[in-house]
Amino acid sequence: MENPQVKYVQRFTVFPRFLHFLVIISFLTLAVTGMALKFASERWAEIIAELLGSFEVLGALHRLMAVVTFIYFGLTFILMYQNWRKSGKSLLQFILYKDSMIPNLNDAKELVQTFRWFFGLGPQPQYGRWTYWEKFDFMAVFWGVAVIGGTGLCLWFPETFTLVIPGYWLNIATIIHSDEALLASGFIFTVHFFNTHLRPEKFPMDPVIFTGTMPLDELKHERPREYAELVASGKLDEVIVPPVPRWFFVISHVFGFTALGIGLTLVISIIFSMVYLYL
Amino acid sequence: MIQADLRRIGLGGFFLIIALFLVLTPVTVLAVTDDDCLDCHSEEDIVAEKDGEEYSLYVDEQVFLNSLHGENGCVSCHEDAEVEGDEHPFPLARVDCANCHDEVGEIYANSLHGQALEANDPYAPYCSDCHGKHDILSHDNRKSRTFIMNIPFTCGGCHREGTGMTKTHDISKHNVLENYSMSIHGEGLLRKGLTVTAVCSSCHTSHNVLPHTDPNSTISRQNVVKTCMKCHANIEDAHTKIIRGELWEKEPHLIPACVECHGPHKARRVLYEDSLNDLFCLKCHGNPDLKKIMANGDERSLYVDVDNFEHSIHKEKRIACAKCHVNMDHKNNPVCQDSGKVDCSICHAQVVDTYNKSTHGMLAAKNNKNAPVCTECHGTHGIMPKSNYESPIFARNIPDLCGRCHREGEKAALLYTGTQHDIVKHYQMSIHGRGLSQSGLMVSATCTNCHTAHSMLPASNPESSVNPKNIISACAQCHLGIAEKFSSSIHSPLVSKTDKKLPVCNDCHTSHTISRHDTAGFRGLILDECGTCHEHETDTYFDTYHGKASMLSGGEKTAKCSDCHGAHDILPAYYSGSRLNRRHVVKTCKKCHPGSNRKFTGYLTHATHHDRDKYPYLFYTFWAMTGLLVGTFAFFGIHTLFWIPRSFRERFKKRRQHSRQAILKKDDDEKS
Repeated sequence: MENPQVKYVQRFTVFPRFLHFLVIISFLTLAVTGMALKFASERWAEIIAELLGSFEVLGALHRLMAVVTFIYFGLTFILMYQNWRKSGKSLLQFILYKDSMIPNLNDAKELVQTFRWFFGLGPQPQYGRWTYWEKFDFMAVFWGVAVIGGTGLCLWFPETFTLVIPGYWLNIATIIHSDEALLASGFIFTVHFFNTHLRPEKFPMDPVIFTGTMPLDELKHERPREYAELVASGKLDEVIVPPVPRWFFVISHVFGFTALGIGLTLVISIIFSMVYLYL
Repeated sequence: MIQADLRRIGLGGFFLIIALFLVLTPVTVLAVTDDDCLDCHSEEDIVAEKDGEEYSLYVDEQVFLNSLHGENGCVSCHEDAEVEGDEHPFPLARVDCANCHDEVGEIYANSLHGQALEANDPYAPYCSDCHGKHDILSHDNRKSRTFIMNIPFTCGGCHREGTGMTKTHDISKHNVLENYSMSIHGEGLLRKGLTVTAVCSSCHTSHNVLPHTDPNSTISRQNVVKTCMKCHANIEDAHTKIIRGELWEKEPHLIPACVECHGPHKARRVLYEDSLNDLFCLKCHGNPDLKKIMANGDERSLYVDVDNFEHSIHKEKRIACAKCHVNMDHKNNPVCQDSGKVDCSICHAQVVDTYNKSTHGMLAAKNNKNAPVCTECHGTHGIMPKSNYESPIFARNIPDLCGRCHREGEKAALLYTGTQHDIVKHYQMSIHGRGLSQSGLMVSATCTNCHTAHSMLPASNPESSVNPKNIISACAQCHLGIAEKFSSSIHSPLVSKTDKKLPVCNDCHTSHTISRHDTAGFRGLILDECGTCHEHETDTYFDTYHGKASMLSGGEKTAKCSDCHGAHDILPAYYSGSRLNRRHVVKTCKKCHPGSNRKFTGYLTHATHHDRDKYPYLFYTFWAMTGLLVGTFAFFGIHTLFWIPRSFRERFKKRRQHSRQAILKKDDDEKS
């Protein structure tokens, strides 16, 4: 795989990779422990509770990982701040420029081009540093953490929250927390997994989020606009890096496959249970 | 003739007087000695004539001297014979024994006999008729007419059938002497020579003979029991079959007097032959090889282990073999031949009566071979009281005892068609079973505490102690406090007037698998139990955190129905005593949620988002969330679906490019 002739480019620095590691660890744990409670009547949920000890362990892990979530939520803002300062743009420019993390008009254009491409009505769009689905994933985390985290805090500290809110709001919070979590898990374990790892071009997985590097060819092919811009600005050589050591490559795959496996298993269990419970 | 006799006496008297004068000249006191009397009365042919009949006046000196009065002079009784000269008044007056025996005389005077004498009844017996005249002997002298062996004959002198007395007197009892001689008393006296046997005077007294109609009589209805009890001290115990114990004290007038069952002169021991003692039985039954060939050819041992019997409660109470094995007959050889089965109701009438109404008893009445009879549980010769640790009916041994038939696979369990299975095994795992066998807590309930010992019936029978109507009382024998609490709960028929079935103890606690309420096993079942009736409440409970967590490992710790609603004191929230009433609900939640407050208790523990009318907020929230979910997945589903074929094409394109590059590269290498 690591043909020494293959050139690699740096896509992610250590900080975002670390953040995504935190996301994987916390999200998987939250999903597994939370879904075990949501689908408590299912055999697989019982097995999870039995493996971990009891529902109290599930709860403890869930709360611990909620803390991790709040931490990475905060750290992401620091990352954004760093990126902004590095870019040398004004805050507004940073938010609105083409390769901003915030979806913009160009993303809508690319979305339309993509659908045309799907139907053979045009060429594949010249994606830049961030595609629209990647931006959606990123923004979904913000939305999700806010909604799930907020309702989750209500459920974590019901006695304190009910000093202000009525008791039945806890019931509403439960529904929102649980269904939003179902949406988040379902989305990550199917759409995100497919878009990033499982689609035939990437199958079985794209290790870039762990290794931080991707082959230059892939950059050329998948993000032609970013490549073109790098060449134009003469900054391509700055991002060319040596391949990661083989051991790190292996570890990245082992970790990645494990995470994929857990996520897929869970989502299959959920789909199976929902079909079984509601139909 | 008399003149000649008197002459002889006169001649003797003359010499006697001369002799006395010679010896006792200074003594002028006149004295009549026995010798003076015997001068005449020792003549065997001395007779007197009265109403044309001659009778002897002869007194056998030797007999008189040997009699009780031998030391007393003749004139101490025949006072009117003490006269000067040869001749005493004739005839002499009747000797009045009361002169000396004044107490007895008075009793006699008031007796039937004395009164008859007073009324000049010619058959009235005077002292001498029973005691004799000059030959009176002590009653312990075998020759005495009043010696116990002779009393029937003494009395029979008049009371024998056919005598002048019986012919002229209307006495309600006939053949008295004959009956007596056939009775157990008579037989004891006459055949066995038992001097402790009752004779006439034992019951009627010697001197105070009174008719049975006289309340003072020893044989009056009021007194006859006391009279019999002089010898038969244990009649209460002996009559338990006939007379309930408390009646002796409470309503003695309802009890038949002894003689009403045991004819006064015909009293017989009817239960067993008197000659049959245990040693007699053991002559044969003490042999370990004693066997009987049954009709179907089976051999049956008839050996009775004496050691076994020695420790039995029947031995302690001195119950002889024949007391239970009653159908002995001397006509048979051996006497016990075909004596049949023992009927315990001879003594244990009430218990057997109860047993007969039980399932066991009813099966036995149908000759069902599976039916247990008394001996099945209590044993035969070695019957021990329930206080004996070795007894099969000692509380700790009862589960095993009942298990002999009711254990799974055994005969009773095979006959049983209900829903309770493995009852013995389950019982032993239950709090009652473990309390009994592991902790040795003798207050733990065993089979008989709930099912009773003798009147066990299936729960479906309204008379059964474990029928839903009665089971609360059965449990309340020990758990009174809880039963009282329960009686004021909504589940009690005293509070809920409803046609619906109200739960009783075993509906929640089960029958045989009862466990502590704080065990995981029990807490895990609470939802099922309440859910039997409260289905909707249980379903919605499972939609909330308490319910969901309760389904997972360790879930027994989350709040169950009873943690909020209470268990035995359960009441609807609108009762002021309810744990969920406004006044108490904050405190109820505080048990688990220390920070509970008024608003906190507004959490809907039975909420469902499927009920738009009841919980609109939840309903719309749920559907809004569902819409978001469906929308997102619909968009990305389509996005993905169309991407797949394109993605495949890209991959194949890439592979082709790679292989072309590889070929080109190879060509380049070759060229270079």
